[in-house]
This record gives sequence, C-alpha cells and structure tokens, in this order.
Amino acid sequence: MIHIKCFGIAKEIVDSELAKIEADKITVADLRKKMNADYKAFTQINGYMVAVNQEYATDDQIINSGDEVAIIPPVSGG
Amino acid sequence: MESLINVYISENPLSIDQVYQGAVNETCGGICLFIGTVRNRNKGKEVTHLDFETYTPMALKEMKKIAEQAIEKFGVKHVSIFHRSGYVGIKDIAVIIAVTSVHRDACFQACQYAIDTLKETVPIWKKEFLEDGSYWVGARP
Repeated sequence: MIHIKCFGIAKEIVDSELAKIEADKITVADLRKKMNADYKAFTQINGYMVAVNQEYATDDQIINSGDEVAIIPPVSGG
Repeated sequence: MESLINVYISENPLSIDQVYQGAVNETCGGICLFIGTVRNRNKGKEVTHLDFETYTPMALKEMKKIAEQAIEKFGVKHVSIFHRSGYVGIKDIAVIIAVTSVHRDACFQACQYAIDTLKETVPIWKKEFLEDGSYWVGARP
C-alpha cells in the first residue's frame, strides 16, 4: 500500500489529506495515471508534481511501499 | 559561530526585527529585506484574507536549498527565509527574506533570486478568500 499526502487543491479533489494506492512498487508516471483515473478532476488543474521522500521526483522514478509520497499542485507561496 | 542560513515557517505573525537581528553581521555593509504583504484586491476583486497551507518538512528543505544557492551564486554572507502558514489578513506579512552581504549589489540580486525561486519551488499553497468565495491561487487554468 502506498499512501499519498495531498495538499491544496489536491486535498479538495481527493476529499482527504491522504490517498491510497494498492501497490508495493509503482513508477511516478503510473501513480499519475492511477490518480488521474481515480479522480478525473486532476486532469482539469494546472498539473502537479510528485514528491518522494520530500524531494521532487521524475516520472521514471520508482516509489516503494513505505516511501513518503505527496502530490504537489502548483505552488503559490510568497 | 553564527548561522549563515535560517529558514522558518510560523503560524504566528512574523517579526521583521527578529529576522533583521538574525541577519545583521559585523563583516557586512548591507542587508536587503524583502517583505511580502497581503493586498486587498486581486484581479479586480476584493480580497478578505489568505490562508496558507504548507508541506512543512519539504518546504523547509526547499527554502534551505534556495538559501544555499543564493550564497553560492551571489557570494552573500547570510540568507533568512521566513514564511507564514494559516490565516493571514490584509496588510499582514506573508514572507520575509533577509540577505546580508559585504556590498549592496549582491544582496539585492540574491534577495530577488530567493523570492522568485520560492514562488516556483517551495510547497506552500495560498487560498485566496474573496467576498463571494475562495480559490487556490494558480491551481486552475
């Protein structure tokens, strides 16, 4: 099981601070596909980054069960 | 040995003097302070307040990276980046950046670099509250 932290608009789309994916190992690209299929609204925002263990991840990066994963919608600090 | 980098996220109001006191340095001739405040209008609508959500541990890491890059790129002595979380009212301070350097050019440039990069990379989200609703800034086309 992979737990995904959701912030900002992602938290509203998932309606929770945490989403779950039934997998032990998944690429960032496949996680995006799965999230976009489970929650169509993700395809209607200005994209999002995925962070793994608090670092921005590339699409080919592999996520393992136990990694800290987060969906990072467009940031707007400052 | 004083710290060359100071990053902080606070639920409580930020103190300009605290950031300044942490940045002032006997070897430096200039401190550039950028203070980001909340304005009362955006895109023709009246704003009542903002609410900042933060992914705090990652945001602090990204803020530290920006400070390290600013020191590396511009040769400045010290970088502080303080950001608010939670409810921030009109005219309140959302962010303070302080950069200290031997001469002024470097601290102006590094301060601009720090705020510009913060807006692109640090996982902090601003929800803007208007009289007739609210929205996550930059999230939708």
